[in-house]
Formats: sequence, structure tokens, C-alpha cells
Amino acid sequence: MEGEARRVAVEMRNIVKRFPGVLANDHVNFSAYEGEIHALLGENGAGKTTLMNILSGLYRPEEGEIYLYGKKVSFSSPRDAFAHGVGMVHQHFKLVDTHTVTENIILGLDKPRFILNLAEAEEDIQRLEEQYGLKVDPRAYIWQLSLGEQQRVEILKALYRGARILIMDEPTAVLTPQEVDELFVTLRRMVSEGHTIIFISHKLDEVLEIADRITILRKGRVVGTVDAKMATKKELARMMVGREVLFHIEKEALEPGAPVLEVTDVHALSDRGVPALKGVSFQVREREILGVAGVSGNGQSELAEVITGLRESTRGQVRVGGQDLTNRGPRAFIDAGVSHVPEDRVHVGIVPSLHLTGNLFLKAYRGLPGFFLNWRDLRERAKQLLQRFDVSAPSPDVEARTLSGGNIQKLILAREFSSQPNAVIAVHPTQGLDVGATEAVRQRLLEQRSQGAGILLISEDLDEVRALSDRIIVMYEGEIMGEVPPDAPIEEIGLLMAGTRLEDART
Amino acid sequence: MDWVFITATLVAAIRAGTPLLYATIGEIFAERAGILNLGVEGMMLMGAVSGFVVGMKTGNPWMGALAAMFIGGLLSLVHAFVSITLRGDQVVSGLALTLLGSGLSALIGKPYVGVPGVRFEAVKIPLLADIPVLGPVLFNHDPLVYFSFLLFPLAGFYIYKTRPGLHLRAVGEDPATADAAGINVFRLRYLYTFIGGMLAGLGGATISLAYTPGWIEGMTAGRGWIAVGLVIFAFWDPWRAAVGSYLFGGINSLQFGLQTKGVTIPVYFLQMMPYLFTILVLIFATGERVRRRMGAPAALGIPYVRGER
Amino acid sequence: MTVQEMEARSRRFPWRIRVEERLVRPRWVNVVVPVASIVLGLITGALLIWANGVNPFVAYKAMAVGAFGSKYALGETLVKTIPLILAALGVSIAFRMQLWNIGAEGQLHMGAIAAGGVALFLPQRIPGIPPWGWIAIITAVGFIAGALWALIPGALKAYLNVNEIITTLMLNYVAILWLDYVVNVPWKDPASLGFPLTAIFPKELWLPKTPGLFFLTPRHRVHLGLVFGIVAAILLYIFVTRSKWGFEVEVIGRNQKAARYAGMTIARNILIVMAISGGLAGIAGMAEVTGIIHRLQHQISPGYGYTAIIIAWLAKLHPIAILLVAFLFGALLVAGDQLQISMGLPMAISFILQGLILFFVLGGEILSYYTVRVERR
Repeated sequence: MEGEARRVAVEMRNIVKRFPGVLANDHVNFSAYEGEIHALLGENGAGKTTLMNILSGLYRPEEGEIYLYGKKVSFSSPRDAFAHGVGMVHQHFKLVDTHTVTENIILGLDKPRFILNLAEAEEDIQRLEEQYGLKVDPRAYIWQLSLGEQQRVEILKALYRGARILIMDEPTAVLTPQEVDELFVTLRRMVSEGHTIIFISHKLDEVLEIADRITILRKGRVVGTVDAKMATKKELARMMVGREVLFHIEKEALEPGAPVLEVTDVHALSDRGVPALKGVSFQVREREILGVAGVSGNGQSELAEVITGLRESTRGQVRVGGQDLTNRGPRAFIDAGVSHVPEDRVHVGIVPSLHLTGNLFLKAYRGLPGFFLNWRDLRERAKQLLQRFDVSAPSPDVEARTLSGGNIQKLILAREFSSQPNAVIAVHPTQGLDVGATEAVRQRLLEQRSQGAGILLISEDLDEVRALSDRIIVMYEGEIMGEVPPDAPIEEIGLLMAGTRLEDART
Repeated sequence: MDWVFITATLVAAIRAGTPLLYATIGEIFAERAGILNLGVEGMMLMGAVSGFVVGMKTGNPWMGALAAMFIGGLLSLVHAFVSITLRGDQVVSGLALTLLGSGLSALIGKPYVGVPGVRFEAVKIPLLADIPVLGPVLFNHDPLVYFSFLLFPLAGFYIYKTRPGLHLRAVGEDPATADAAGINVFRLRYLYTFIGGMLAGLGGATISLAYTPGWIEGMTAGRGWIAVGLVIFAFWDPWRAAVGSYLFGGINSLQFGLQTKGVTIPVYFLQMMPYLFTILVLIFATGERVRRRMGAPAALGIPYVRGER
Repeated sequence: MTVQEMEARSRRFPWRIRVEERLVRPRWVNVVVPVASIVLGLITGALLIWANGVNPFVAYKAMAVGAFGSKYALGETLVKTIPLILAALGVSIAFRMQLWNIGAEGQLHMGAIAAGGVALFLPQRIPGIPPWGWIAIITAVGFIAGALWALIPGALKAYLNVNEIITTLMLNYVAILWLDYVVNVPWKDPASLGFPLTAIFPKELWLPKTPGLFFLTPRHRVHLGLVFGIVAAILLYIFVTRSKWGFEVEVIGRNQKAARYAGMTIARNILIVMAISGGLAGIAGMAEVTGIIHRLQHQISPGYGYTAIIIAWLAKLHPIAILLVAFLFGALLVAGDQLQISMGLPMAISFILQGLILFFVLGGEILSYYTVRVERR
């Protein structure tokens, strides 16, 4: 749209937002034109979501002003923001699981006045679906929908309320490559109808593909705004992180040994009672990392739970070091030398209100001699562990929840790896961590690999999986679609992630 | 078939179940909004004593009922303040309220023990009350019972078929989403806790002004707690709450019925029945919840903390 | 809303309450809050007393004298403290694991009933057991009865995940009714002239007095229960803070998911904790009927089991602190008796005070986690 005079749809001037102990937005200036896709790029914690939460009315800034289409506005609530045409599709969907799509879309609106007339709302929703090409069943319950479908509900929610300015927070985190393409088609359609899209992401490739302009935030400040056509990945990364970022991880070549983990024809149900694993078989050997790629929700969580004893399998066998441990419970797996770096760091991996010493010996306490625990001794050992694993904490007596995300993960690694495990199950280990912590975690994993452990790495970060793994299997709807080497073409992996079997993908 | 006995038992079941029904529906509203109110017993006791005293002093049972609702609501606001604004532990707050309510009601009621007061008289609905069996069972009760007949279907309709009902459900299931949708979570939680308190108070007044008119210390005998258990049995649904309440009423009345029939079980064991039954009901309901994969409102008992505005 | 509208709104209501999570939890709060709560509770109680037409200062003075004013008073206070210590210790171990055992009152009653059953019928059948043997037997019986009564809701929770608040509470009513049954029907003393009482227990089964309490009057009634209580507190403290089992209880109570992930068995721990919890309350009941009442009767407890909950909470579940707080509440109970006798104020005031104190503790708890500020917009 060169040379056309475009209206400025959004302008945020001098925005300041503070939280206890943190300056999330530091005098931020941001603007977006009507009809453009403007990306907000930055690492986790750079302040992108906070800034957009202010724009969407969820937060109020300490200082600063917001202008929509030239007029100054101030929002006291998300409802206010909606009234002005600003809608946000959050990273963690704000949908009520037990309600239907329609109920979620009309939640919080003033119409229908008193008696719920869902039929009329459904009609309106269908019309919107057709206009923008978003297909989803209005009568379905949210818990029945895939994450991609749930995202469509979120978009419909915003459109139903007449949003002209749409903010999308990390929308591609939960999508397969094909779904990402579909989303981009939808976004371009919306923009051609005059909407403005603000696209928050930390994924450089996508941002370069879809955005018109890119604003980079770092540690609460704007680093710069560039034209997407002229930017390079390297330049963006440097602006994002502030230093040269290596995209390559050093990994030594090792000969894998005997199998430490053998999974044979495992079937299991999800919490909903629906089959989550439908006959999964694979092996992890000493000195290798087996990566499990795939979009979240295809059985990876259940798989991790079955092979650590936290979930029952209905069929099949799990052997650790040759021993059959199927359905023996978490303790048997721990005793057999299986370490688990869990998906939910905060609610499963640590006891948040307990001191660090307790957390470090959460599993090992049992193996200590006698009936009583010598806390003074344990505390000293804890100090050493904290140092060895570079966990930044004032003392081992502080509560685990006071640590930052990265340090919590390092704490968990300190616990899990200090026992010199035979097998490591790491689930989304770098999710939500900053670059420094991510590097540290990856190093530790490779370290364990060198020391002889067999590692199962479940991660949504395809780059990470490809960089760290010796072999990759792809999961889709509870089955393994195929095994590929880490340097396999990404289109092939994408096809596997979307449900095509390896044989079919290669023809 | 001894129709006289059956009719009498059914009538007694409804009369005995009505105080429970009020308390249970009240608690359903509060819990649907996400607030666990364990102070129901205390609120019922305060409702009972204040209803009785006000009724006696004004000579008008309706004034008593209104006073009971007011007092119950007032007490619930304390719980609401502690639970919602101060984000305190809802279990302890409820317990404290019950203790306070027990003590306060005993204190206030002391001069009135055994003193005759007013009561709600049964109002016979002409024609309908003459239908065999169904007539006396449904159409010959005091106004508080009739009001409760209207209450639970209306509550059911409200919760499932109206917009404010949708908002209520959202607040209890996923307050973050409701908040993001512009619903005032705090205000609604206060409101429904208040409604819960009012209905609990009314339930107490039903006992002291209609069921066993008069005031005796501790006259609710744990019914407030049974109501909390019934909410689980009812799956937070007013219709099932009615079924549960009348079932209880029936068990309760069965004691007396069995005695008149000459059953020789010592009265103490008969008196244990409602409590044991509550336990059984809970076992059954919890099991059903697991099988049906239904649950409590997901945010029940968890204070809502919102990032600042 | 425009900026002007917002400013207009601020002018009408210029303050708001702002609740912010604290970054650091100050240690002093653990002592100041309980103390302040008691003080606030007493102040509010004073208002209530005044509203009942009695001068609160006179009332409180009478209470203090009644509880501590003489050797005799001190003895009576200790007497009331004993069941409170035991029941509160029991409650505290359950609460530590987030098991809301509201059933201490019922477990206490079952301990009493079981002890009564042994006392009334066994000595004749099994002669020749020395008195200390009977003490051991009856203590064990009291513990087991309370433990079993708590294991019912415990098992329901462990295996069927049934809400323990309601089940323990329901069993309270059942236990109290059971006591009523035995004192009115099968075990009723024919010589009691129609009152619901059993016969007096044989002397071998009277819990003897705690020796060496020289600071009390020679005719004090402080029985061995005091020793049981103090020993139990010390043992509990050691086990909870230093044993592997104590660690498991802590972890399960703080985060069940993490406990499972760490390989701890939840169900078995629930059973063990409930058994100990009920057992301690059972001993409280046993001690009360063998040490003080010496028979079974219609009312054996002025709500010790419920007061125990408040004590446990005020003491933040710390076994040694429980000893102190229980003593305070024992004093409150004795003082309440005094108020009733000398001033005609109803016992209910005691319950109201307890409820108030619990509320203030709750409020204070919250202050330790959050700062509450009233500020201008």
C-alpha cells in the first residue's frame, strides 16, 4: 500500500507500567496504521504482553496516553476497550471450558437482555464465520475443541464485538505449520477489510513472513521499529537480545549404547477418558537424545506421565534398563533412575512454599539412612548443589516460589541431574525461559547425554528439537507418525505433525 | 398400602426438607459464584433466632422472616469481605462464622427459650388440597413452603437460561475469563454470597417460625452442614437440590414415623440417620462426579487475584 | 469512559482499598498476629459484655482471678487445658496435611465411650492387672477408638476423595448421639435415679494425678493427661520437623501434585495422619472421663473439639505453641465458668469470643501475605 495516506489506528505515547519489583513498560511509544499487520517482537518478559494488556483495557498505565484514530481514550476495563473497537486474542485463551462456543462468545455482552436466546446468536456467529473463513461448531463445548479451533473462537469473540483493532498474543504457539498458514490467510483477509492487526511474537521467521512493520521491545523499552521487507533475521535477533545470538548449538557426536527406556505398544487414556496414546512404541538408548516433536495436545503430556509412572497405561509395556516397570507408580521409576523434568514447573516440579533444601531433596530424602533427616547437613549439600547448577538464590532457606522461572528450572535440574540418572524425561524444558536460562538448560541436557544418560526430549520448539536431538519422532493424535533424522526437511516434519505418516509424506 | 402413613410421611418430608432447601439453594448460588461458604450453620442459627425474636416482638411472622433474611445476609457479607476482598481462607472464615453464629444465637436467644411466639399457619389451597394424597402433600402448607416451591424452579431457570445466570456460572468456573469479558467478578461474588446468606437465614427462620416454632439453642442441629453436603449431591443444580432436600426431610421424618409404627430401634439411632445419610449421599455423589466427569465450579474456594488495573 | 468521566468518579469516591501481594513474609507476623487477634477479640468481647449490662472491666477481672488468681484456679485452668492440648495436637497434624479434620469432638467422644466401656465391664472380668496396666490399656483403647472414628472419613477421602469436612462433622453428631444412647440405655446406672449417667468407674481406672505439681493446691485435679499432652507435643514436634514422615506430611500438605511426582504415597499418608489425629483426640476424651468425670454422662465436653481447631490455627500448627495457646484457652473456659457463676453471663460468650478471635486471626493471616492499603485515587 505504498504512497497511500493511511490513518494511524493506534498510538500509544510514553506508556509506563509498574508491577511490584518490575518496570514492565518504560516510556514506550508505539503506533500502528489502519490496514497493517504490525508485529511486536521481543523475548519473554520484554513487556509486549503488558503493553497490549494496557491497550486492551486489562491494565491501566501509571503514565502515558492512548489515541485511537486520532482521539484520546482511556480504558477502565476490557469492556471499555471493546466498545472502542479493540479486541485481544490472548496467548492463554480466556474461554470457559465447560461452556459452549456461543456462550463464550456472548459472555459479558449486554445482549441478549435477560433470557438467553442462543439461536439468534448462533446465526450471527455463522455469518461471521463465513465472512472471515473461520470454521467452528457454535454448539461445541470448549473442552471438545482443538487448540486451533479454540483460537478461532477467540477471534470470533473479538469480531463479534466489532473489534477493528485486533491484538494477537503469540498466536502460533499452539498451531501446526498448516494451521499457521491458515491463520495467516485469515489475518490477511481481515486486514484487507480494514482491520488493524498487532501480532505479538518471539518467532523471527513468522514475524518476517506476515508483518508489514516490526517494533522490537527489550526489557520494557522500544529498541526500534523496522520495515519487515528490509529487515534480516540476524538484525532482529540482535535488537531483541542485545547481542549476537548463535543459532547453532555445539553437540558432540556420540555412539549410542544399550536401550535405557523401551516403550512397547502403549495405550493410555487422557483425563477426559478419551484415548490419548494409541499404541506408541520407541526406544531411548544411552548417550542419545530422542526428540519428540508435535503440537501440544497430541498425547505428549500423557506419554511423559506414563513413562514416569504418573499415569496408568491400559495396554503395552514400559521397560527401564530391562526391568518391566509398567504401571508401577512414580516411586518405582524414580528408584530405577528415571529423572523427570516436568511440563508444569511450578505446580508439579517444585513445592512452591517449601525452602530450596527441601525441594532439592524432594526425591532423594527417601534414600538417606535412618528415620530422621539431618537438616543442617542437607542444607550444606543444598548450598553446593545450588552453586554447581548456577541457581541464583540468596540462601537455601528461601521459598522456591521466590525464584524466577529460569532459576526454578535450574533448581529442578539440580535435583534431577545430581542423582546421575539413567534416563531423563524432559518436557518443554525451556518453555517461557529467557535466552540465558534456555542455553543453560540445553547445556545440562547435553551434559547428561555425554555422561551416558538416555534423554527423551518433548518440546514444541522445533528448532530446539532439531538442534538437540539425535533422532526425532513425531506425535500426532496419540500415534507416532514416523522417525526422522534431525536434519530432515522441515516441510516433512510439518506434514508429520499435521497427521501424515512418514511413508505417505515421502511419496 | 397404608396411604395415610405415606401421605403423612410425604407431608412431613416436605415440611422438614424446606429449611434445607432454602439453605442449599442459597449455598448453590454462592458456590456457583466460586465462594465456599461454610458459615451456613451459623447463618441459619442467627436467622432462626432473629426471625423468632422479631416475629414475637412484632407479632408478625413475616417481619420475622424478613429480619432473618437480613441478618443472614449481613453475616454473609462479613464472610464475603474476608474471602473476596481480603482473599482469606474460605474454610476458616466459614468455620469462624459458624462458631460466632452459634454463640451469638445462644446468647441472644437465651431469654426466649421456651417462650411462645408467632408462627406461619398453613394455608390450604381450596379445591386442590382435596385431591387424595397429592392434595395435602402439595397444597396444604405454610407460605414459606409455597415460596420454596417457586424458588427452586426459578433458581434453575435463572442459572441456566438467563444472561445473568451465564455470568454467574462463568464467574465460578473461570473468573479470569469472566473478568476479561468485562464482568465484575468481585461484585457478583459479593452479591451471590449475600443471596446465599439471606436464603440461609430464611432457612433458619423456617425452622423457628414454621417447622418447630419456638427457639431452642442449637435448633438447627447441623442442618446447615447437611446443606453444604447436599449442594455436592445436587451437582449445584436447584432441581436436584429439591430432590435431595425432600429426601432428607423424609429421612428425618422417618424417625418419628417409625416410632409411631412401633419400631423398637432406640430413638438415638434414628436420630443419627440424617447424618449417616449425608455421608452416604456424599460418597455416591463424589463417585458419580468422577464417572460423569462433572465437577464443582472450577474456581470454587479459590480467591480471585487479578493483575492490577 | 473518557478521562473527564473518570476524574468525576474519583471525586465522588476518593479512596479505594488496594490489596497487593507482599514480596517478603515478615517473621514477626507469626507472633504479633495471634497476640493482636486475642487482644482485639477481648476488646470486642468487652463490648458484648457491656451490651449485656455488665461492666467489662469487672467481668475481665473476675475472669482473670477465676483463671489464675489462686493455686486452685490455676489447677482448674490446667484441668481444662489438658483435653485442649491433646485435641489441638490431633487437629494440627491433620491440618498440616490440608486434611480438614473438624471431627475432633466426635473422636473425643468415641475415645471416651470406648474407655467407659472398658472401665465399666472389664475389671471384673479380668482381675489381677495392676493399675498402671489398666492405665496403659485404657489409653490405648482411647487412642484406637478415636483413630478408627477418624479413619472412616480418612479412608473415604483417601480412596474415594469424599470431602472430609462434612464427613468428619457428620460423625461428630453421630458420636454425640451414641454417647447419649449408652448413658440412657445399655450402660445406664440403675442407682442414678433416672439421670443419664453410667456408674462410677472403678478406682483402678481413674487416671491418677500428675505427680510433682507442688505449685498447686494438694487437692488439685490435674491428671496424667497433662503428661500425655506434653509428651505428645514434644514427640510430634520432633517427628514433624525431623523425620522423613514429617517431611512427607509437609510436602503433601503443601502441594499434592508435587508429592505424587516425587513418589510419595498419598493415600497411605492420609490414613496414618487421620489415625494419629483421631487417636490424640480420643485420648483427650479418654482422659477427661477417667481423670475428671470418672463416669460417662450426657455432656462430657463443652466443645473441646471445636476450640481445638481455633487453638491449632492460632498456634500455626506448631506443637509447642499449641501448649501455650491451649493454656490460654483453658483459662478462657474457666473464666467463662466464673462469668456464668458470679455474673450470670451465659457460656455462649465463650464461643463468641472464640469465633471473634478466629476471625481476627484470619484477618491477621491475610496481612502477613498481603499489604492492605487504603489509598487516595
